[in-house]
Amino acid sequence: MPEVWIDILAVLDGTARLAAPLILCAMAGLVSERSGIVDIGLEGKLLAGAFAAAAVATLTGSPWAGLGASLAASVMLALVHGFACITHRGEQIVSGVAVNILALGMTVVIANALFRHGGHTPALGPGERFSPMALPLSETLREVPVLGSLYAELVSGHNLLVYAAFLSVPLVWWLLWRTRFGLRLRAAGEMPEAVDSAGVSVPALRYRGILIAGLLCGLAGAYLSIAHGAGFVREMSAGKGFLALAALIFGRWKPLPVLFACLLFGLLDTVAPRLQGVDLPLVGPVPVALVSVLPYAMTVVLLAGFFGRAIPPRALGRPFVKEH
Amino acid sequence: MARNGGSRQPDRAAVRLRGVAKRFGAVLANDGVDLDIGRGSVHGIIGENGAGKSTLASIIYGLYAPDGGAVEIDGKAAALRSPADAIARGVGMVHQHFMLVPTFTVLENIMLGMEGGFLLGQGEADIRARLESLSRQHGLEVDPDALVDDLPVGLRQRVEILKALFRGARILILDEPTGVLTPDETDRLFTILRGIRDAGGTVVLITHKLREVMAVCGTVSVMRRGRMVGHRETAETNTAELAELMVGRKVGQAARPSGSAAGTPVLRAAGLTWRSPGGALRLGEVDLELRAGEILAVAGVSGNGQSELLDLLSGLSGVQEGRIEFAGRRIDAAHPATPAEMRALGLAHVPEDRQRRGLVLPFEARENAVLGRPQNAGPGPWTSGAAMLAHTEPLIARFDIRPPEPMLPAAGFSGGNQQKIVLAREFDSAPAVLLLGQPTRGVDIGTIETIHAQVMALKERGCAILLVSTELDEILALADRIMVINGGRVAGTVPAEGATRRQLGLMMTGAAGEAGA
Repeated sequence: MPEVWIDILAVLDGTARLAAPLILCAMAGLVSERSGIVDIGLEGKLLAGAFAAAAVATLTGSPWAGLGASLAASVMLALVHGFACITHRGEQIVSGVAVNILALGMTVVIANALFRHGGHTPALGPGERFSPMALPLSETLREVPVLGSLYAELVSGHNLLVYAAFLSVPLVWWLLWRTRFGLRLRAAGEMPEAVDSAGVSVPALRYRGILIAGLLCGLAGAYLSIAHGAGFVREMSAGKGFLALAALIFGRWKPLPVLFACLLFGLLDTVAPRLQGVDLPLVGPVPVALVSVLPYAMTVVLLAGFFGRAIPPRALGRPFVKEH
Repeated sequence: MARNGGSRQPDRAAVRLRGVAKRFGAVLANDGVDLDIGRGSVHGIIGENGAGKSTLASIIYGLYAPDGGAVEIDGKAAALRSPADAIARGVGMVHQHFMLVPTFTVLENIMLGMEGGFLLGQGEADIRARLESLSRQHGLEVDPDALVDDLPVGLRQRVEILKALFRGARILILDEPTGVLTPDETDRLFTILRGIRDAGGTVVLITHKLREVMAVCGTVSVMRRGRMVGHRETAETNTAELAELMVGRKVGQAARPSGSAAGTPVLRAAGLTWRSPGGALRLGEVDLELRAGEILAVAGVSGNGQSELLDLLSGLSGVQEGRIEFAGRRIDAAHPATPAEMRALGLAHVPEDRQRRGLVLPFEARENAVLGRPQNAGPGPWTSGAAMLAHTEPLIARFDIRPPEPMLPAAGFSGGNQQKIVLAREFDSAPAVLLLGQPTRGVDIGTIETIHAQVMALKERGCAILLVSTELDEILALADRIMVINGGRVAGTVPAEGATRRQLGLMMTGAAGEAGA
């Protein structure tokens, strides 16, 4: 195999790995925001999920128990957000920020109390996390030119949660655009009064929306600490929740464009360290820090309206008040 | 007999209310309301703004639970906890503000809540077929795959009616349905409503326009301050009696101004063309002339360039093409003027949206009364509460602003009194030109009288007035000349004397141009 091809495959493989949590979080944000609830708390749910997964996997030795804990932790934070924003019509940004701060502090405090390890959890053994899975026939097909290596290197050999991430995109699309639930959920995010007047409960729809968001963030959290990584490190979400939010806006709240935005951000994240010290003709050494800033810079430029408009759901962030 | 709604046979009543009460905070919106609406009738509910009509409709539709009293639908007691309960009993509602999702298609809006299965694909063909047959039956044609955002208001209203009928509504409530329609569209709506009645349906029409009640309703109930004050057969009453019931006292018919001594031109605009940032043409080559002591009214369906015209003339938007000549100044793209400069030249502006542009709602009345005119707020750069108070108190007396509390936040006044605060501020500067946007929208009849009298008084003092209104009655009552605007272009300017609603209506929809050319 030519050297360049191997490099390309390695970069794409890395992209898939780094994009997976972004995709899960962005899909979580998509479902929540399409229902009209701003989800700036993606970061907090991701972090809480990551910690719960690692802690429970350490204590029980089972990655599945870890995954369950991650889902539960993330859903709990989602419900706190929902209680504040849906039941009590609170300010959604403030509530989301509170969720983030809560997760940031609680994970370290509980980790210290449980493991006395400086806010980390002990490293997980191979049986305690989700390992890469070889897809059927990957070894047999490896020798087939191009497609074979593509299948064996890129498609095969990821852990379960990476596949879950890529599967979440068509699932979310199907749920929101092909089902009764989706139609109502999107209507709740655009014009909740219409939903109410049709005799359907807006709060119930929005609660279901943030519940799904909680589950998806839980998957992402488990991915960070017991699939991609092998244990919880303090602040290990490192802004991925916010990056997912940027991808959500960049993809204009539509599943496929959001997926591409996540992949683009994942790609930038993968190539940034590889470009360390590389000299480009005319440019000189690549400014790696600048590459890391690109996703956010691009989102700001998009929001400023340079390439078309990113129109959010019309009722986004607006509490639904029945009596006016 | 006809005077007593309660005397009808119970089996004939589609809706029957007994002692219905609803309180919002300190306000008793509905106070022991009794009402019988006969099956197969078009029944009007009239009253001023804030009389409790919309609250009553919301109770019948299950949006609000009454605090007391009983609701019966088709002779059966109905405890309506949500619109779903009302829909199940055959009640449908067309809201004043459309309950449509703008980013959805007509079909998606209609199927919302009635999807016919977990998967949207399951019920779609069936829904499409039923929608088509309903459209044909009631003359409500609309493209099911059109995006609601792209539809004009008249068609959006059809979608709302279809939505209700699709849900099996036999009792259809319409809340102020004609506010956004041209006279022509209104006539078509009434034809549709009569058709629904003839097919055995019951229509409840909530409105403050007496002429519409007389035109389409068989029976009418009048509300005032949360109470039912009368039930009438329209055949046995007239608008004067209904108006008196609504207001609670005799209402003077505004006498049409007998011509005007057209004064000298004060403000001229020529070739005003304005495009939105998106490039859409909002105003096309508008010429106009405002003369001292004369009212020029701009008639048109809302959204046809009136707001843009006001913004340009007041200096809020910069002139792109064309020019404005006012008080010896020429304003065009190269020589812009700010709103402050325009004010200094003698222009006053009553914005269309008083709550967003005319007032700062959390500010006190006295602070609102000096907005934009800092010389009234106190010496030099300072503001003085006493100075503002001294400025505001005479205004409150002159414009009969109630309650007469200069320190009450603007938000605490009713719509009509909020409007009076804006008018008082603008009229007080003795302007040479007044731009008057929707002066009586959402204002009760009693206050409309006061406002109209003040406008006429200002005109008598030689002010040139540009009146923008979507109410043809108001235009016909006040204007000397009427400029009809359609799609941002002037469809024609006619003297108010001798102008008819029909003629203006045709011009507003652009039909007159085609027919007359």
